[in-house]
Amino acid sequence: MRPHGYVRARSVADALAVHAAHPGARYLAGGTNLVDLMKLGVARPTVLIDVRRLPLDRVEETAGGGLLVGATVRNSDLAAHPLVRSRYPALSQSLLSGASGQLRNAATTGGNLLQRTRCGYFQDVSKPCNKREPGSGCPAVEGSHRELAVLGHSPHCVATHPSDMAVALTALDASVHLRGVSGTRALPVSEFHRLPGDRPELDTRLRPGELVVGVELPPVPPGARCAYRKVRDRASCAFALVSVAARLAVENGRIVHAALAFGGLAHRPWRAWTAEERLVGAPATGASFARAAEAELEAAEPLRDNAFKVRLAGDLAVQVLGTLAGEGA
Amino acid sequence: MEPTAGSGDPADAAGATASVVTLHVNGVARTLAVDHRTTLLDALRERLSVTGPKKGCDHGQCGACTVLVDGRRMLACLLPAVAWDGARVLTAEGLSEGGRLHPVQAAFVARDALQCGYCTPGQVCSAVGVLSEAAEGHPSLATPAGPARTGGGLPPPVRLTPEEIRERMSGNLCRCGAYAQIVAAVGDVAP
Ligand SMILES: Cc1cc2nc3c(=O)[nH]c(=O)nc-3n(C[C@H](O)[C@H](O)[C@H](O)COP(=O)(O)OP(=O)(O)OC[C@H]3O[C@@H](n4cnc5c(N)ncnc54)[C@H](O)[C@@H]3O)c2cc1C
Ligand code: SF4
Ligand code: FES
Ligand code: FES
Repeated sequence: MRPHGYVRARSVADALAVHAAHPGARYLAGGTNLVDLMKLGVARPTVLIDVRRLPLDRVEETAGGGLLVGATVRNSDLAAHPLVRSRYPALSQSLLSGASGQLRNAATTGGNLLQRTRCGYFQDVSKPCNKREPGSGCPAVEGSHRELAVLGHSPHCVATHPSDMAVALTALDASVHLRGVSGTRALPVSEFHRLPGDRPELDTRLRPGELVVGVELPPVPPGARCAYRKVRDRASCAFALVSVAARLAVENGRIVHAALAFGGLAHRPWRAWTAEERLVGAPATGASFARAAEAELEAAEPLRDNAFKVRLAGDLAVQVLGTLAGEGA
Repeated sequence: MEPTAGSGDPADAAGATASVVTLHVNGVARTLAVDHRTTLLDALRERLSVTGPKKGCDHGQCGACTVLVDGRRMLACLLPAVAWDGARVLTAEGLSEGGRLHPVQAAFVARDALQCGYCTPGQVCSAVGVLSEAAEGHPSLATPAGPARTGGGLPPPVRLTPEEIRERMSGNLCRCGAYAQIVAAVGDVAP
């Protein structure tokens, strides 16, 4: 790790100003990903701008009946929040499926969204990696890629985004609120992360120096229920092989609202728009769920060692949707 | 002399690579200058000779470095010491009171919940954190969805079944495989 400066931001404006003055700076929140990557030599900031104590640690109801979650709310507090547990259980479940109790006590909303891939080559500075060193190559295409992408990848990068929380936020139609020196903007979470294309070094559409200030959840559609389920190599404290976040509303046996997102399949949480189109208006049966999942996963291009993910994702989606339909009945 | 963490003009502070911090370790204020690269774990072990927290992996994967920071369990190996200036840090050494073991420690002894003992200080601190999280009604993935509570009032405590304990303690690895006894020990102190 190289020596670096440290500044505790006193306000959002202060954080943005220090970042603007130091191009090699990085924001520090819980540190559970950034400090790890600094130890590995993958991240080499010149200055850490500590945003953890900024007054962005609140969860508030919005006028429209949604929820505004501050960027520094800790993952454990968000998972335990009564309004999250009652209205957005998929979000609570996704957070509780991630990492460990100790890590969730330090990790924040903003940091969770911006955590980097767990691709082993990315984390090993002795190996080439287009994401870490653009142009150096992607050894994962031919090498170890069992955990990596089956959808939306490119010859330049086949990494997956590791966040569980982001998958739930994607299905729940959440948006990310951003502040930069030139003002504020919001992006749907489903468009916040990128596909790798030929610029795999860019995980997201965040502009240099831009700060995530919060995440907004819109109100719950009438009669809708949601859930998150994750499949991994061990029962707890492991990253997802595949995960599913879904929201469903059923009236008189017909699906009136459907939202579906997959984790562990792509460089970003994968919003299953094709499946959703098939679901809305269809009868809430296992056959409809299977057809919708199949239509979505038709686009899959598995690598040598991860074709199992396609089948697993389809089965998991059918199971989660079936459970939601059963509960609604 | 190094500037105090984050103080003064932010633009100037960005140049310094070390800062003076005060950590309240097991009830005692300890002031020291730390290089910004120093983790809380290294500050405790290498600078303050508080060696209860162990370095297993140094990457957040094993839980051996678990300590309580401002009352919550965290992994000292991933916390930059400079970022936690002013924090209250409790390690396994600080859990006993008046020479009496903390009930979690006593339960680990009674249940023989260890073999080599390397993971034990982290297990014990983690268990103390689990007990307060459950008392405050914090759910885990093993917690059944309870009746929705949208109004005010505190959520009810979560009962720590063996399944709850296993899920909540899953961030603490034990290379000796003393898990069965660890789950039993935590169960003994759960209300
Ligand atoms: C052993 C282990 C297991 C894990 N398992 C899982 C898992 O199963 N599922 C899962 O989802 N995650 C898992 N994680 C990852 C964990 O969830 C993330 O490390 C954590 O959420 C990051 O949050 P943080 O606040 O600590 O971020 P930091 O490490 O502080 O920051 C991460 C990145 O975000 C940037 N950043 C932080 N806040 C902001 C902001 N407000 N605006 C702009 N940029 C910002 C930082 O500059 C940095 O680039 C695991 C981590 C470990 C170590
Ligand atoms: S998959 Fe992406 S992150 Fe992994 S080695 Fe290839 S370029 Fe790097
Ligand atoms: S040493 Fe901190 S988690 Fe292993
Ligand atoms: S007792 Fe040896 S590692 Fe747990």
